[in-house]
Formats: sequence, structure tokens, C-alpha cells
Amino acid sequence: MGVLRTYRLRIRRRRKLIRAIRKRRELKSVSNRTKYVKPNDVLLFCTLRNEHHRLEYFLKYYREKGVRHFFFVDNNSTDGSREYLAQQDDVSLWTTSASYKDSNFGMDWVNWLQMRYAHDHWTLTVDVDEFLVYPFCDTRSLAALTDWLEASEIRSFGAMLLDMYPKGGVTDQAYEPGTNPFESAPWFDSGNYVISRNAEYGNLWIQGGPRARLFFKDDPFDAPALNKVPLVKWNRRYAFASSTHSLLPPRLNHVYDRNGGEMASGCLLHAKFLDSFSEKAAEELIRKQHYAQGQEYQAYIKDPDAPSDVWCKWSERYINWRQLETLGLMSKGNWA
Amino acid sequence: MTVGVAMLAHTAFDRAAQVARHWATSGCPVVIHVDRRVESSEYLNFSKAISDLDNVKLCERHPCEWGTWSIVQATQVACDLLLKNFPEVQSVFLTSGSCIPLRPISELNEYLTTHADTDFIESATTDDVPWTVGGLDRERFTLRFPFSWKTQRGLFDRYVNLQRKLGVRRKIPSGIEPHMGSQWWCLTRKTLEKILNNHRREEFDHYFKKVWIPDESYFQTMARMFSGRIQSQSLTLAKFDFQGKPYTFYDDHLQLLRRSNCFVARKTWHSANVLYDTFLDAENHSRGGDPNPGRIARLFNKAAEQRTRGREGLFMQGRFPKGAGSYKITSAPYSIFEGFSELFEGFEPWLTKATGAKVHGHLFDKTRVMYADGQQHFCGAMSDSAALRDYAPKAFLSNLIWNTRGEHQCFQFGPTDNQKVSWDFIADPNAQISVISGAWMVSLFKSDASFNDLRSEAARLQKIESLHLHDLKASTVKARVHIWSLADFIEAPSEHMQTAIDAMGVSAGHKMPPTPKMKDMTGFSEFLQNLKNEGMHPWVAGEFLVENRPNAEKAAPRRSYQVNT
Repeated sequence: MGVLRTYRLRIRRRRKLIRAIRKRRELKSVSNRTKYVKPNDVLLFCTLRNEHHRLEYFLKYYREKGVRHFFFVDNNSTDGSREYLAQQDDVSLWTTSASYKDSNFGMDWVNWLQMRYAHDHWTLTVDVDEFLVYPFCDTRSLAALTDWLEASEIRSFGAMLLDMYPKGGVTDQAYEPGTNPFESAPWFDSGNYVISRNAEYGNLWIQGGPRARLFFKDDPFDAPALNKVPLVKWNRRYAFASSTHSLLPPRLNHVYDRNGGEMASGCLLHAKFLDSFSEKAAEELIRKQHYAQGQEYQAYIKDPDAPSDVWCKWSERYINWRQLETLGLMSKGNWA
Repeated sequence: MTVGVAMLAHTAFDRAAQVARHWATSGCPVVIHVDRRVESSEYLNFSKAISDLDNVKLCERHPCEWGTWSIVQATQVACDLLLKNFPEVQSVFLTSGSCIPLRPISELNEYLTTHADTDFIESATTDDVPWTVGGLDRERFTLRFPFSWKTQRGLFDRYVNLQRKLGVRRKIPSGIEPHMGSQWWCLTRKTLEKILNNHRREEFDHYFKKVWIPDESYFQTMARMFSGRIQSQSLTLAKFDFQGKPYTFYDDHLQLLRRSNCFVARKTWHSANVLYDTFLDAENHSRGGDPNPGRIARLFNKAAEQRTRGREGLFMQGRFPKGAGSYKITSAPYSIFEGFSELFEGFEPWLTKATGAKVHGHLFDKTRVMYADGQQHFCGAMSDSAALRDYAPKAFLSNLIWNTRGEHQCFQFGPTDNQKVSWDFIADPNAQISVISGAWMVSLFKSDASFNDLRSEAARLQKIESLHLHDLKASTVKARVHIWSLADFIEAPSEHMQTAIDAMGVSAGHKMPPTPKMKDMTGFSEFLQNLKNEGMHPWVAGEFLVENRPNAEKAAPRRSYQVNT
């Protein structure tokens, strides 16, 4: 370990940054409102494709939590996502028709925009179907969290993906744009997660939840990673290594305590199993633009019982962050 | 009685101005020290914001760095100006820009009137307080600290170690008995004047300049020298976390703060609008009485506990303890039964009835997870897939015990199961294991397979079990273990069963139902003898003599032996 690994990771980080700079040419600015960004604003970065129906609630949710400016990369949407976003006053938008996969699943684009615009800002990097829940999120804004993190000399905040699903068939309930997706999909798996530590990047690797339980019960190793570090006090030298699962430099991945204590952490409620899931799965399978060839979509489509119920008798119904904290899925740490 | 306020401000000036205005309009003169490092434009705006108030003054500015003498210096300058400019001031209350008064100022005045001549300053000798961060208590006063703890941590630590090694000690000036305590105090004019104007001040200041974190010891020590009456208690509610930084109050603390009856709280988040609006409102009332910060202290102590010790047996994104052995892998006691299901008819339902615990089958069965009642899923949406379980057996066990907090879990285990997890539970102090070794032979004996197959299967399983028994007897075992051989157990089944149930530690309020029926073992001795004749000695089952009569209890059964109880 030690010096060699540090050196290796430094090279890797620089290559990512160079790659991001190179990939900036693929981005075409649609509306650049970055001049309105103020020094202490919390920023949000997101890559999307054809997610128009989700955007209204997504923006509403994060505006209420205190995100001040949104940075979107639109990967060639054809459903009006681009037009919708271009009209929003707190959104800066870029578009590209380049390959999602060749841009390291969008991370090259995001790394570039963050290098350019996020330096010294608290930065949230999420997908359109991910909703951050953090300790006291019902009474305190994101700024309260980031102020506290900063005072505690913490630069990154972990939040595990929590797959949410409906009771009954996934396609039974249609999602109404603008509404809270977790009203129709309030269920989650509370206690079937397994964790190991990645020695290279130092991050925890978390797997489990309904996708592991249903689609990967024969090859659990391939089950999707649920660990994420979405909230980071950005520096232009930082880079996401593998999606938002891990960052470089690796100290940013140390969002957990190794001596028995608990560090503050949140959850990303994942509105994966909406009515559009099977449609999306089929489309993505053809595009082959997702991680590991969209293995989970494949697993989902191949499974003969695919549209059947994700819900089981022991599924837990979401109430609030305190419930997630009691269940041990997230922690207040020493924030009180 | 008039209280004067000395305020140290370095950030969130809109709030500092708001609070200064509140003090000033309530009749308290205020002198504010603004950190020299604050930009002049910000300083100008701030001074403009309070320029209309006659009894608010800004003092000479010094650059303030955490934990250094500069903070004491700033305090001295502010207090000096306050005492000189406002002769009516009888007591000086030291606050920061993010402190907020919780009770009407008139109540503070009243309180101080009834406690005239009392200095409210938390002040304890270093021998008696374990609060210190960084492990430095007495050494704060005897070592030198030329390097910054925050920005030159490496140098700081190395220099401290060097001094320890060389045995270098600073001389503490005569008459000084080092005391420490909260930075925030309320001193009487008399005491403060003595501290600021005594003839040895230069000597003391010179000494304290090189003490580490003098803002927590200078006034605390001086007050001990010059005060007539010390109440070792701060009127400012301020709690510190394990990093030594103050806890912050948010809007959702409103009720807690109200009930605390404290006069001033530190520190308040600058955007906690509800707190500022409520407590700085002229209509703000309190219920009176003495300060009682107990509830808030408990809340923060619990938070510190969660951060430093965490919830035992929980593995999650924020808690992943390293190293085997030093941390428990489970959150509660549980019981493992080996061989009981094989020997007794209906053991699992019987155990459920006898103890009220949740009794699973072979959780680590190779085909699937045998949850209680044959369920496909279990608490926490755990799956019955053997592959998922075997991917991370230790996590499976941790999850099972965590998910069922409050309910004692039992499961069956044996040599036919996946053995990977056995080392984990053997090393777990929460595990309680009862073993009837060789009982799995009863199942072989009952099966219809050909004798040749049974012989090789018996040999295989015996090999597995003997390894397991070896592990159970190792010195590193942390589980509570009882082992009987099959032969021993059936000599006095009820008695041994009672021992096994008692070992679970589940208080069985009701009478234990009669021991379940043993499986019919007619011909079992011959079966074992046949194995022996084929060269496979079933030693784990114990000494099974041909004349052993199962179910016939003897008068004086041999005692079971225990390991690590």
C-alpha cells in the first residue's frame, strides 16, 4: 500500500480530469445561468435522458431542501426534458448526443462541469430518480447540514441508495408527474444489506435490497452497488471515479468510522420501480449504454416472473428519516 | 444591577448585530470585538448596522485564532473598554456573536442582583476534569505550544512529544493554581478589575501566552486568585462534542431551549430564524427558575456516544469497524442448537413453546435458509436464497440478529450446513451454543440410503464435526459453549435439556413442558457397530455400548462439561 497506491490513484485521478477536459467538447450549452451562482450556494449536478415526467417533482424536492442552482446534462432527450429545463430560472443546461457509456456513464461530463463551476461549493450529484434524505431533513435545510459538516472538517457525506417499490405489480400504478413518487412506492428492504471494503479506493461496497433479492440471488457478486457519496465540498482537483460510488482522492470515500463509532450519513431514496421501469429496462437493454451492459435490466427482463411483486411480507413502509436511522440504514452521527 | 456585554464576533455579522441590538435596547451596554481577519467592507457594514446605538461600542481589533492567546487578548480589550466607558456596569457577560439570550434580559439582571458579588465561571483544577480534547490537561500549562493545532498539526504533535521526551517543563508563576473551564463567563466588575489591573498582570499574561487554549484557562485561573465567591458554573449553555467544537442549536431545538431555563445559549445556527425570532422578540417570556440544562446535556451526550461508540452489532454505511475480535458482530444474545433437531421429535416447535424465542431450522442449510415456519423471507426482507446468504454469511448473521432486536433468536446447526459462518459465531460473545455431537448420525440411521453411501457420508460429516468441535474448544472461543456427546446426552436427556435451556438466559416464566420425545433408536447401537466394523469409528457420538438403553435415565448421570462459561 502506501506511497505506490497513492501515486497510482493520483495518476488515475489526473487522467480522469484530463478526460473530463477533453470531453467538454461534447457538451453544448443550452442555457447557462451560472453567473447567478453565489459563493455559498449548494449546487446539484445531474445527467439525464428522457425523464421529463420526473423533473417537476425532482426540482421541487431539491429546491425545498435548499439547492440553489441545478446543472443538468441532457443526453439527447426526445421527450421535452430539455425544453422544460431550459425554462427554469435556477437551471443551467448542457446537451450532448455523444455516447453515455463512452463518457464513463456521464461522469466525464459531470466531472468537467464540476471542475469548471463547483470549486469550493457544496455539491450534490444525483440521478433524477434519487432523493436525498439526511438527518433532520424535515426541519433543517441542506445548508444546515453542509455548515455542520464544514465545522466538523468533513468534506464528503455518504448516502446509501435505498430502492423503493410499490406493493403489487410494478406497472400497476401509473406515476403522475409532479407528485411524490414514494406515495405510490413507499416500500423498501430494511435489513438485507452486505458490506465489504474496497481496498483500492477505501470506500465501502454495499449490496443488497430488492434488486439483489430478486434479480441476483444466483450471482450476488454482480448485484448493483448501493454505496454513494453524493454530497461533497468540491475542489476542482476532485473527480468521481466510478459513478458516484467512489471519488478521488480516496480520503473522500472515508465516510464511515472504523473504530465502532457512527458517522453521519443519509439515504438516497431511489424511485426505481415506477410504472416506467419495464419500459425503461427494455429500451436500455437495446441501447446497451448502462453499467456492465445494464446487467440488472437484463436480469430483470430475463426473469420470467419479471413484472411480479417486489413487495414481500417483511417489506418496510417509509415514514421518515428517523425511521431509517432507527433501522440502522443511516445515522445522525454526532449531529444533534 | 446593570450587566455589560463583551461580545467576540468573527462571522454571521447580521446576527451579531441583531443580538447586540437586543442587549443594547434592553439596557445593557455592549462592546464588540471583531476579528481582525474579517474583511474591512464587512466590518464597515457591521459598524454601520449598529451605529445608531449609543451604548454599543467596537473595540480595537486583533486577529483571532482558535486556541491561542489572541482570544484572551480580544476579551481583555473588550472588557477594558466596557468597564472604562460604562461605569454603571456591575457585571460583565462574555458572549460570542452566535450566542443568543433565551430569557428576557430583565430576568438576567434580577438573577445577578440576587447573586451579587458572585462570579459565574466554570473553573476546575486540571486533575479533576476529563474534558480535554487531545489528551493534554496538566501539560497545557507546562509545555510550550508555538505551533498551531489546526494548521500545523504534525509539528504540534512532534514538538509536544519532543518536550515530553526531554522532560522540559515550564515553570508556573507563583500563586497560580491552573484551572480550566468553559470560555463563557459572567464576572463582577470587582473581580474583572482586579484581573485586568493587578500589578503582576504582565507576568501572568506572558506566561499564559504560551499555554495551550488559554481562553479556557486564563480567566478561570485568575478568577480563582481574585474572586471572593465563585459559582463554578457558566450561565451560557454551551456543550462541546468529541472534537471540541460547540454543538449548534437549530429551530427544532426550540422547546428544549425554552425548557432549559438557561440565560444564554451558544451557539445558534445563523439561519435558525425561528430561534432568533422567538428569543429576541420583546414578547418573549420565560417560566422563571434556575438554569437546568440537563435535558440538552443528555441529548448531546447521546449524540457523542453514537459518534464514538455507535450501535453495537450494526454494520452500515457510517459504521464499519475494522479488525475481527475487537467488535461484536451481533447486537444481542442468540442460541445455536446442534444435533437437537436430529435427536428429538418436533424439537423446534417444542423449543418455541418452552422459551417463547424465535426458533429457526438450519439457517445455514446448503439448499435454502430454513427460517422459522418455512418462510420465504424474514425480518428485514432477508431472502431464503442460499447463494445470497453464502455470499456474506457473517453479514447474514449480523443482519438477522439486528433485524430482530428484542426477540431471542435460535437456530439449528450441524455438519451438513455451510460451515463458513461457524468461526464467526464461535468468536461472538453473544452466541450461546449447545452441541450434541454425533446426533446427526441418528438422521443417517433413519435414512433409506444404502449402507455404503451412509458409511462414506458418515465419514465426511464426522470429519466436519470433529473440526468444528476442535474449534469450539480453542482458547479463542468467546461464545458460551456446552457440548455433550450423543451417548452422554441420552443418558439423562431431561437434565441436559434443562441445562441447555437455562443457558439461553431467556427467563421462562412458565413451567417448561415435558422434554420432547426422542426418536426411536432401536437398532442404533448396531448401526454404529456396523460402521465400526467397516472401519469408520463414529467417535463423536461418544462411547455407545451395545447395552446402552436409550430413554432409560440412570440415577447418577455424568456431568456435562462446559467451556468458557
